[in-house]
Amino acid sequence: MHRIAIVGGGTGGTVLANRLADELQSELEAGEVDLTLITADPNHVYKPTFLYVPFGKKTVDDAKRPIDELVDRRVDLTIGRVIDIDTDRQKLAFADSSVLGYDQLVLATGANLEPEAVPGLADGGHHFYGPEGAERLRDELAEFTEGHLVLSVVGVPHMCPAAPVEFTLMVDDWLREQGRREDVEITYTYPINRAHGLESIADWATDLFEERDVTLETFFNVEEIDPDNEVIETVEGTELDYDLLVAIPPHAGSDLVIDAGLGDDGWVDVDKHTLEATAAENVYAIGDVADVPTSKAGSVAHYEAGVVADRIASRARGTVPTATYDGKTVCFLEAGMDEATFIEFTYGEEPYVREPSKPLHWAKLGYNESYWLTARGLL
Amino acid sequence: MTATIEPDVTIDSRDAACPGPLMDLIGKVKTLEAGTVVELQTTERNSTTDVPEWLEEAGHDLLEIESRDDHWSLYIEVN
Repeated sequence: MHRIAIVGGGTGGTVLANRLADELQSELEAGEVDLTLITADPNHVYKPTFLYVPFGKKTVDDAKRPIDELVDRRVDLTIGRVIDIDTDRQKLAFADSSVLGYDQLVLATGANLEPEAVPGLADGGHHFYGPEGAERLRDELAEFTEGHLVLSVVGVPHMCPAAPVEFTLMVDDWLREQGRREDVEITYTYPINRAHGLESIADWATDLFEERDVTLETFFNVEEIDPDNEVIETVEGTELDYDLLVAIPPHAGSDLVIDAGLGDDGWVDVDKHTLEATAAENVYAIGDVADVPTSKAGSVAHYEAGVVADRIASRARGTVPTATYDGKTVCFLEAGMDEATFIEFTYGEEPYVREPSKPLHWAKLGYNESYWLTARGLL
Repeated sequence: MTATIEPDVTIDSRDAACPGPLMDLIGKVKTLEAGTVVELQTTERNSTTDVPEWLEEAGHDLLEIESRDDHWSLYIEVN
């Protein structure tokens, strides 16, 4: 019996489990392979939905579905929390004291929000990176009629690197639709010397910000928020007043990863092409928890899952794995409430940003709906 | 000249894509006392321009940029 364990029921883990169920169909039916997907959350969450919640275009319930409806019946779905990984003995320990051995292990545990890493941020800032944050921001935005709205990218790297630019362009457009834009000043801040990590997106966003009267502040690294006086203080010595702060909070990997010796900072150190952990045998990482030089984006998890499915299936059959990941990343970017653009790139490549259009906006909404087919491994 | 620089702290950001090395540096510098010498190792050519610009902005000193066989070492003194 060849035992495959996947930890994490987000995009990467779910797509991988379903891909492997197909690729190893005959081995699973013959009882030669055991495939287990472990997740602490009985719901699968499609996080890009949260971007639309503050504008009343989606609800947090739209973002989730029971994971047992998405996972192939040949996968042994375990709802539980892994608390320890022993890579020498190839065993996982669970919170309920049970233990599971593995021959091949994939970590797909994602990224965690860590607003408390910056003093004052949890009290002073809003975000749209989780269900409660997105709902709170929706309520706040509904009553925000005038003042200074600051979108501050506090933590890098973070999930969906395009989302802060998207939110800024969307909120500008949304406020115009509401007739409130003239009474709201908008500022976007980013930690480095341009508006985004990728230069082509930074150039594109900078031009649009100028057209739409959005102030851009760069080299802006938040040190502390003073929620009482509504002031942001930076490492560079700047102070910025706000009335409504929408912040991308710092993100953290997983203590599980640190404790297992798979990555000092909580992200798993992997070979960027094979996605195999550098510190342990028979361990892979995909999605946000994998430390690879590209975006923490759902499409990355999706493409990585395909590669790892091929590699794991080859090993389970006793053949040499050949599939590799080239860094492929695909993102739709909203440029307002009814137009979007689209980019794709691989490791070391600079994406080309197309002219935003309504068809691309509708394509993005269409993809969001068909995402559930992606999770099932069908797209 | 670089042979004489002995860093107190070394940040290994080799293979991290831009702006990873700069963000690693900023995250670390926040925790260090004035006078600490940091070596930032990076394989990103952009770091050799982005990092000095940020140091200027944030008021820290660039001591040296050394080109190694497979990476750059940037030496910084925290103010």
